[in-house]
Amino acid sequence: MTTRASRDATAPAFAPRVMPLGDGAVMAELAEVADLDANAAAHHVAAEVRRRAPAWVTDVIPAIVTVTVLFAAASAREAQERREQASSLLLDAVARSRHRSAAAPARTVEVPVCYEAPFALDLDEVAARTGLDRAEVVRLHAESPHRVLMIGFVPGHPYIGGLDARLAVPRRATPRPRMAPGTVAIANEQTSIYPFVTPGGWNVIGRTPLALFDPARERPSLLEPGDGVRFVPITRDRYERGGFA
Amino acid sequence: MTLRILRPGALATVQDLGRPGLQHLAIVPGGAMDPAAHRIANALVGNRAQAATLEIGLSGPELVFDEPLLVALHGARFEATLDGAAFPAARPVLVRAGARLRIARARLGCFGYLAVAGGIAVPPVLGSRATYLPGAFGGLNGRPVGAGAVLPIAPDAPALAAARFARVSARQGGAVEVGAGSARSVRWFAPAPSLPDADPPVARVVDGVHLALFTEAARAAFLAERWRVGPDSNRMGYRLLGPKLELARPAEIVSQATCLGTVQVPPSGQPIVLMADHQTTGGYPKIAEVIDADVPRFAQLGPGAQVRFARVALADADAARERWNGRLARLIERIRWELGNEDG
Repeated sequence: MTTRASRDATAPAFAPRVMPLGDGAVMAELAEVADLDANAAAHHVAAEVRRRAPAWVTDVIPAIVTVTVLFAAASAREAQERREQASSLLLDAVARSRHRSAAAPARTVEVPVCYEAPFALDLDEVAARTGLDRAEVVRLHAESPHRVLMIGFVPGHPYIGGLDARLAVPRRATPRPRMAPGTVAIANEQTSIYPFVTPGGWNVIGRTPLALFDPARERPSLLEPGDGVRFVPITRDRYERGGFA
Repeated sequence: MTLRILRPGALATVQDLGRPGLQHLAIVPGGAMDPAAHRIANALVGNRAQAATLEIGLSGPELVFDEPLLVALHGARFEATLDGAAFPAARPVLVRAGARLRIARARLGCFGYLAVAGGIAVPPVLGSRATYLPGAFGGLNGRPVGAGAVLPIAPDAPALAAARFARVSARQGGAVEVGAGSARSVRWFAPAPSLPDADPPVARVVDGVHLALFTEAARAAFLAERWRVGPDSNRMGYRLLGPKLELARPAEIVSQATCLGTVQVPPSGQPIVLMADHQTTGGYPKIAEVIDADVPRFAQLGPGAQVRFARVALADADAARERWNGRLARLIERIRWELGNEDG
């Protein structure tokens, strides 16, 4: 069980549990619940480990409150040593991270969203469930201090936290088989944007004309872990005119 | 320089060793489902391990070689013919221009690799030629290789083919004819260490991080049962059919990294073993992790196959890794010696 140290200026804020994830990875768990401070620390730790990683570290995966290091090894001894070294890399980075509050994202990405028909499939339902009107739902979504908690599942797919608590609605009982790319959807206190056609059970409130993922771009993923996100409402007309990049 | 597909197979895609290092953007490394067979196929034609091959799942395409090329088919054992004559698998084959290769059903294993000297020359995407189907990128326009597809081959492939075959056929036993002048090959072949070697095959696992969340009965059944690979399995994951694995009580798991070989259990209670194109994160409880050394063998199971799991300690997994890597390295070294050790 993880216990959190007190948050003074010198003590690390997190006492992570580090555990093997299979025989080729180790994972540090900074918290047991989706805590925003732990999330900010996870991104800092992941960036730090990536910066200091030797060549045998093949991937560093920050998730909501965990950071996982994958390693390559040829021999048993190499595997054992690298497992230990990867654990040390993680623990050192956590110790150096001190307390990172989720205060200021390094960059904020503006994401235009059309919250109108035919894209906002569940906006009426969300309005009914929350007791707000449509315009209020859109306003609260656009004004929430969104933050990318993780890029996960498929390339460029963001899990965005910070949604105004008044908009928290559960997932739909029956997932839709095909969400169009760019679909903006909410569930609980998160927003998600679907980069590809995939099934999805979240409540659809709009669509962005931006490509969430394009392997040909210098930065293939529109959003990266830790980014701030500002959703900017656009009309259907503006959406159709295009020219976003 | 091309290789033309006349009829599609069940699932043929261009693959290499994938694109590691991008999982923080949820870009899975992907690549060959059985990287060992991919490596051996490449070694058999004198390529480096990273060269792109055609991965052939379950049943293969029919294709024609537009140039004289040096090719090798390794991994799953297919019924395969070249211009109607039995095609010699698991060895270098110098095919004539215009020869037709027909790859039918896999009789043993699930994924085969057709390597061509010089490699399949589709443009790399994010550092790899591997096809990633869910995102429709990599390989041949991000799609399976279908009827009428034309696979580009390195322009120097015919020259490489002649030079490499001359060297390999100068060794052990010389060249042998295939069919009526369709191809020339050699007398030896390379073993396929990732094909099933027990009935049912046994995949070794280490404990998953959420093992303790499962009921006693679920933990016991996971190791005791013969599981069957379900028909809706794919390059992302193998769905296993068997008893329902239940949690002792509902668990709230915050999404975390998933790995190649992760055995996760969704609410249906039917485990899914994550394979090459797996999602990078997930919130389902993980009961076990197939050890790295056994992932290529697991990939070769394919739909309908049975499998058992055996629990091992991390130290056993490390020892298995060393044995597996050593076996593969010695095999490839031996093949490279037969081909005259060109290309470093």
